[in-house]
Amino acid sequence: MTKRSNWSIPYFIFLVLFVVLPLVLVIVYAFQDNEGGFTLANIGQFFSDSDAISTFALSLEVAIENTLICILLGYPAAYILADKKLNRSAVTIVLFILPMWINALMRTLATSELFNVLGFTLGKGTLLFGMVYDYLPFMIYPIYNILQKMDKSYAEAAEDLGATPLQVFTKVTLPLSMPGIMSGVMMVFMPTVSTFAIAEFLTNNKIKLFGTIIQENINSSMWNYGSALALIMLIIIGITSLFNSEESNAAEGGLI
Amino acid sequence: MMKKFFARFYIGILLVILYAPLVFIAVFSFTEAKALGNWTGFSTRLYQSLFTGGMQGGSGLMKAVENTLVIAIISAAVATLLGTIAAIGIHNLRGRKKQAIMFMNNIPMINPDIIIGVSLFLLFVFLHIGQGMLTVILAHISFCTPYVVLSVLPKLSQMNPNIYEAALDLGATPHQALWKVMVPQLRPGMLSGFILAFTMSLDDFAVTFFTRGTVGLETLSTYIYADARKGGLTPELRPLMTIIFLVILILLIIINVRQSKVRGEVK
Repeated sequence: MTKRSNWSIPYFIFLVLFVVLPLVLVIVYAFQDNEGGFTLANIGQFFSDSDAISTFALSLEVAIENTLICILLGYPAAYILADKKLNRSAVTIVLFILPMWINALMRTLATSELFNVLGFTLGKGTLLFGMVYDYLPFMIYPIYNILQKMDKSYAEAAEDLGATPLQVFTKVTLPLSMPGIMSGVMMVFMPTVSTFAIAEFLTNNKIKLFGTIIQENINSSMWNYGSALALIMLIIIGITSLFNSEESNAAEGGLI
Repeated sequence: MMKKFFARFYIGILLVILYAPLVFIAVFSFTEAKALGNWTGFSTRLYQSLFTGGMQGGSGLMKAVENTLVIAIISAAVATLLGTIAAIGIHNLRGRKKQAIMFMNNIPMINPDIIIGVSLFLLFVFLHIGQGMLTVILAHISFCTPYVVLSVLPKLSQMNPNIYEAALDLGATPHQALWKVMVPQLRPGMLSGFILAFTMSLDDFAVTFFTRGTVGLETLSTYIYADARKGGLTPELRPLMTIIFLVILILLIIINVRQSKVRGEVK
């Protein structure tokens, strides 16, 4: 038998070239000055730039708020959808998944146009509302997925043993659905903290998020500072993904 | 009974909110007014001008749609091929090597698209590769392939390795055994990997934005972005969005009906 494990070699080379090397370049550029020498000035520039710091804080704040609202609104929805007694229609589930398949820019544009026609002032309120609108399905789906696969007998056993409905929920259902919530958090928090176009649409460019600053710097050829900002975002993402346990990956699969 | 009523009510409200913007766009795709929100009577003129190319606002919308589809089809096809071969290799790897390649495979899935875009932009600058359609496709392959790998791997572990050996024992060449025994069993995983890759590519904005260079390449996403920046939304986007919305709705319903049929048969 030919060595099948060698079949991974082309992809290995591809990954090194198109995934690892680009990230190494971000780090290299972040610590380089215009002449190519080593410097900490780019990172320092971020920490001394109060505008950049406040934008960074705002991005984190919006991403956290958006994630929390999505959990609060999405969990009950996922719970209802997964409950055979409350929902028997597969079409309802399709309707909740469908927005995930439509281009995010298109959906965001539709939202901001609707806000305009309804006469809402575009600002922080519309930004949050639009983000929730964009990302809610990404929270509902993994939670729904895990609730649906959950063994109902655990909850029944708890009931038989005298737990109140509230106890059943807080002590059995909720802990068992944590992996779904965690992968929902990953699917909502990560894109919101790094978005740029969506925020521009939803606030008519009045509010800048961190992604926009990265884009502006890269596009105006400030590659070193732009890379430093990208590196800072990369660190945030790295920290967040550490919180995400491996088991939650199970909830993501099987979109189709 | 009350519980059921509240549940229905809650789901109903969420759906109304989720779909209000899409329905709004769809309704106003059937009127001619340039400004969104003005109703000047029923008309299908926007649909006609979308397809005949007689754009009121900006030309190039159909070209952007074409680019989007070409990029998505090529990227998804290459990603499926690369990802399937990789999955077969990874399946036969053990220990550290397997961990290392799976770790790298996970990076693009966790990495936000803006970082993927910026980092690939730096790569193409560093390697002095002129940016355009080719770099966009390479970039899309890089973030699509991990999903193919993850769709094909479970099919490989479900597969009985003896069947492949049996084919060899019965005189099949390794080539025949691969195509006649292995590939048919991997096909469902390859298909869902392809569909995932295809939609990821269609949906992308940030990576395309950073890797398309300055040759004027527009995809639907970058077209919409540029359009919104100018302020005036091309009216033909309304019928286009309506059509895309309906196509996806019909596709998803077909897929789900077929799936529940398959499940019913298994039972």
